[in-house]
Amino acid sequence: MDKLTNQYIIDNLQGRFGDAVDVIGEPHGLLTIRATVDQIIDLLVYLKNEESLRFNYLTDITAVHYPNQEKSFAVVYHLHNLFQNFRIRIKVFLETNNPTIPSATAVWKGANWMERETYDFYGINFEGHPDLRRILNMDELDVFPMRKEYPLEDPNRVDKKDFYFGR
Amino acid sequence: MSKPITKITPNKPVYEDNDPQDELITLNLGPTHPATHGVFQNVLQIDGERIVSGVSTIGYIHRAFEKIAEHRPFYQITPLTDRLNYCSSPINNMGWHMTVEKLLDIEIPKRVQYMRVIVMELARIADHIICNGILGVDTGAFSGFLYVMQEREFIYEIYEEICGARLTTNIGRIGGFERDFNDTTFKKIEEFLERYPPVLKEFEELFVRNRIFIERTAGVAGVTPEEALEYSWSGPILRATGVDYDVRVVSPYCSYEEFDFEVPVGTNGDVYDRFMVRNAEMWQSLSIIRQALDKIKKEPAGVFHADVPEFYLPPKEQVYNNMEALIYHFKIVMGEWETPKSEVYHSVEGANGELGFYLIHDGGRTPYRLHFRRPSFINYQMFAPMSAGMMISDVIINMSSLNIIAGELDA
Repeated sequence: MDKLTNQYIIDNLQGRFGDAVDVIGEPHGLLTIRATVDQIIDLLVYLKNEESLRFNYLTDITAVHYPNQEKSFAVVYHLHNLFQNFRIRIKVFLETNNPTIPSATAVWKGANWMERETYDFYGINFEGHPDLRRILNMDELDVFPMRKEYPLEDPNRVDKKDFYFGR
Repeated sequence: MSKPITKITPNKPVYEDNDPQDELITLNLGPTHPATHGVFQNVLQIDGERIVSGVSTIGYIHRAFEKIAEHRPFYQITPLTDRLNYCSSPINNMGWHMTVEKLLDIEIPKRVQYMRVIVMELARIADHIICNGILGVDTGAFSGFLYVMQEREFIYEIYEEICGARLTTNIGRIGGFERDFNDTTFKKIEEFLERYPPVLKEFEELFVRNRIFIERTAGVAGVTPEEALEYSWSGPILRATGVDYDVRVVSPYCSYEEFDFEVPVGTNGDVYDRFMVRNAEMWQSLSIIRQALDKIKKEPAGVFHADVPEFYLPPKEQVYNNMEALIYHFKIVMGEWETPKSEVYHSVEGANGELGFYLIHDGGRTPYRLHFRRPSFINYQMFAPMSAGMMISDVIINMSSLNIIAGELDA
């Protein structure tokens, strides 16, 4: 088998998925692609099972909040091809109101807690997840604390000015 | 019979135990049980001695590190990483430094890389000592634990010599180390290389062919490589199943590609194999430290950080007497330097597996987003499903052989 290259993956995926997949960039050599919500599970299954790609290892699932964007949530998957030691990053941008994405637990069982953690902190609704509830925070919490609008400290505190301390 | 769990709701018992005819008992293993070696709870449903099903509850020491990290400059995040896997904090520190250096494209001198390798391998040995020692304690062999614990104490003395701290070390800075290893450090590392092999050998003699130990561990909690990969396992427990995935080999960092070492693998993925893999890794780590010491001697002496005045704090006496140094100091502390907008994923082989740092930077003073890929968190999720069908005593040793560190689990 030929050695995987970023260009080969791009060509292969665009041949299969067309416009549903596009390239964001290659920061520090790690190919980052953008996928659509409808196609994400098909894409993950294809990446996992396709003979020439075989991204068999799910490294990580997490999310990012970009409050200034129209689609303000990004779910980020890191996959790893252990046969050829090749990594890839997939981003899916989601709606601001009630962000919903199909769960990857059917593809990798290990996605279970990663998605629960993402739900816990960002409130992203993973459809089809077997047990989607909070994992690290207490069950009674009614906010999603990693969203940018949630302050780190008590906002009513008056003895500390934020602009002295970074952001 | 109790009903199978479908959906768990907040503040309700996990299992309904109202039925007096029910033969199953709910057992809370943890959160503060000495056998769990950390703060995590498992609600188990047991039929006599046998586990029917279980649910893990975690998050008891969640400290919101990812949120705090969004409000801290890079150098203030290092102490947060200490508290992830606190049994091998230097590996976390170095992983974080390397992530930032990758973001900023800082070239690290070879000597510093070898120094880092020494510190990381010492940390790996310290972590494996804990895990294997505790595994011995849980199977009823207390003395082996005491013998190796003394050596861990010695590793902590080496840390103390390097950075002044023992547990939450905060070793190193972005760009290198805060100071050079002094002569005592090198002497102590040499001494450690002398005194540890006989102790480790004795430790192995106590366990490896010990009938009681083998019967307690062999064949317990065996995992197939397919299952392990499906659950994204990494580290010694994945290698015990026979998958030779080691970040040090597949994506070398810190010049690991120059070192000659083997990746020990097991066959069954059971508790005994995990024990053996960790022991074998300690021997490999010793060999790596020896090689790194030899390599350091060939490098120019006295180099302990990269030449990056924009990110590496100048020595204090210069700050007081030299204007450039004062400016650099001020700009670093106030976060005034230009930093690139980029995304980095960097992973190191932590003592428990692939410890990843996913850093998104928007050019501000603090990370825009920092995510820790914590091996304990990901390894632990298989614990409850795999417990079904096991005896309670097997579950305990399975848990200690997974080496779940609560700090890393909960972040």
